[in-house]
Amino acid sequence: MKSPLRLERRLTQPKKLNWLVPLISIAAALALGAIVLLLTGKNPLSAYHRILETAFTSKSSFSGTLVSATPLAFTGLCAALTFRAGIINIGGEGQFFMGAVGATLAGLALSGQPTAIIILSMVVMGALFGGLYAVIAGVLKAKFNTNEIITTLMLNYLAGIFLNYLIFGSTSYWRDPQSMGFPTGKQLQPRAFWPSLHIVGFTVPLGFLLATILGMLLWFLYARTRFGYEVNVIADAPSAARYAGMRTRWKIISVMAIAGAVAGFGGASDVGDFRHVLDAKGLQLAGYGYTGIVVAALARYNPVSAVTVAILMGGLTNAGYALQGPNFPSGLVGTLQGLILFTAVAGEVLTRYRIRTQKSGALSEVAA
Amino acid sequence: MNSNLFMVIAASAIFYGTPLFFAALGELLTERSGVLNLGVEGMMLIGGVTGAWASQHIGGTSWFVVLMSILIGTSAAALVGLLHAFLAITLRVNQTVAGLAITIFAGGLGLSSYFASVWNVAQRPATHPIRFLDVGGLADTPILGPIFFHQNILTYFSWIAVVVASIYLFRTRVGLQLRAVGESPQTADAMGINVVKYRYIHTVIGGALAGVGGVYYSLAIIPTWVDGMTKGAGWIAIALVIFGFWRPDLTLAGAYLFGALQSLSLTLKARNMHINGDLLDALPFIMTIVVLVLLSGGWAKKRLGAPASLGVPYEREER
Repeated sequence: MKSPLRLERRLTQPKKLNWLVPLISIAAALALGAIVLLLTGKNPLSAYHRILETAFTSKSSFSGTLVSATPLAFTGLCAALTFRAGIINIGGEGQFFMGAVGATLAGLALSGQPTAIIILSMVVMGALFGGLYAVIAGVLKAKFNTNEIITTLMLNYLAGIFLNYLIFGSTSYWRDPQSMGFPTGKQLQPRAFWPSLHIVGFTVPLGFLLATILGMLLWFLYARTRFGYEVNVIADAPSAARYAGMRTRWKIISVMAIAGAVAGFGGASDVGDFRHVLDAKGLQLAGYGYTGIVVAALARYNPVSAVTVAILMGGLTNAGYALQGPNFPSGLVGTLQGLILFTAVAGEVLTRYRIRTQKSGALSEVAA
Repeated sequence: MNSNLFMVIAASAIFYGTPLFFAALGELLTERSGVLNLGVEGMMLIGGVTGAWASQHIGGTSWFVVLMSILIGTSAAALVGLLHAFLAITLRVNQTVAGLAITIFAGGLGLSSYFASVWNVAQRPATHPIRFLDVGGLADTPILGPIFFHQNILTYFSWIAVVVASIYLFRTRVGLQLRAVGESPQTADAMGINVVKYRYIHTVIGGALAGVGGVYYSLAIIPTWVDGMTKGAGWIAIALVIFGFWRPDLTLAGAYLFGALQSLSLTLKARNMHINGDLLDALPFIMTIVVLVLLSGGWAKKRLGAPASLGVPYEREER
């Protein structure tokens, strides 16, 4: 049984593949999505047309897309940072939750202070909570070599249960004591709301601006500093890094702390920019952390591209919210995002290999 | 009262442990061939939703419907397994990312939820849930009866599966060749074993068994579909393979331990014991981390039983 497809390692990587591969990936994902739609009796053309219309082509809809893109930019950055360092941190979800917990605490406790101070403390507390939560998995990996994929995932579920505990399972500081029938979180005072910016007719959330700046800073950190260089070496050649005297364990913990803090920023922005409350159910339904992984993979783990790709994914999410109904089933957006992730990772193969179709086995004889 | 409580917990440990075991056994076979499958959660959900759909749409006697639902759920999940095999084996994609992609694509926010809403699966309960089955009156045996024989057909099948899988892996020629493929595909290839074929078959079987676990969730545990109803069971199953040192018998024991933890919360809540429900919900996840840490340090560092080539794509050209 010989496989009809054969992969040949590329000796050089043509530059044009850098933009061609993501483009082909998205096109292929849309084609596969169309098959799913057709098989379930839906019209793919009208579905795609409506997504495009609702997400991108009008000014107000694009502002909505930026809102949906903001949390994804943070979780995308979080995933990109760790994946590039060879750490498979799936914990953006839980780190985001914890950031929201910390930021809500600051926002509620300092409600008498000036807006600038509230916002600053929300950001700091969000980053602190998210960062510390990520450090748990970082320390376990660095000290005991524990598989971070599973620990970060378990920590995601634990963070979700913690949210449930704070809002539904206890009379915590985060819960609104007035809410009796269905418990909800305590609302922030309006002065703790983050302002949005109005740039050429678009409404840009403060959080999105923060994510853009962070993306550039983190690109600089990875591409232009000694820290970033060492992280890259550790990811590509761990033993070489150890022989060169790099502090591998410390780097793992630091990268996790930074990535967790970035996800925590996202949690803070979620509370400050949008929800203004610790929304235990809403956060768990959104799945920002998992979509962040799609964002990071499509951005090929580049921090600056991650913010751009987040806009694309945000558009899809935004359209999903707006169009949800009998003609636009729930789960379609997640399915499309999953397909994009498939084609993005499969597209990665195209940058490393050339695909040859095998004729009559002659080629394989030569190669073997 | 206390022995009664013990029996309830033991019986529900088996009841809740069974789907974990099926998914873990599938992952075990896949990993023994050297392929890491992190898409278990997604495969379980696809199995669950298609099984629930089949249960609502197939007519006939209850038995026929249950069997067909299991079969359809399993086949659907096997197809997702085939997708993972194509990505991991043929395209040699990073297996970690491919598995994650499967879970995101098929998971609680993705295709399984899409199918559920297109097919209206969540609207009504399964017409033919998987009920408990008394085999030859064994359920009336004192003590053992209520624990072991007040279970359903899939649980009985899981006991056959653990024996068959153990014999297959350690007592047959094919099992030996499978382990060779997982340890050193180069050597296996040189011996004339078709590495690609072995890996494909066991990745598809892994998907199918994850599907059985998923059907168990949607037809036996809560016979009404809820999006994302496996709630992390697929990930716990992956951890169970490590706890079980890649051996079916130990994996079964681990599954029952986690089944007990999962059922504890429900059992104690039902009996009005004053223990915080959220803490009990958290227990399986905390335990997974604790056991993982214990197994990854010190004496267990050799990762007893882990296939040496786990997660490494096989490239024939690079011999």
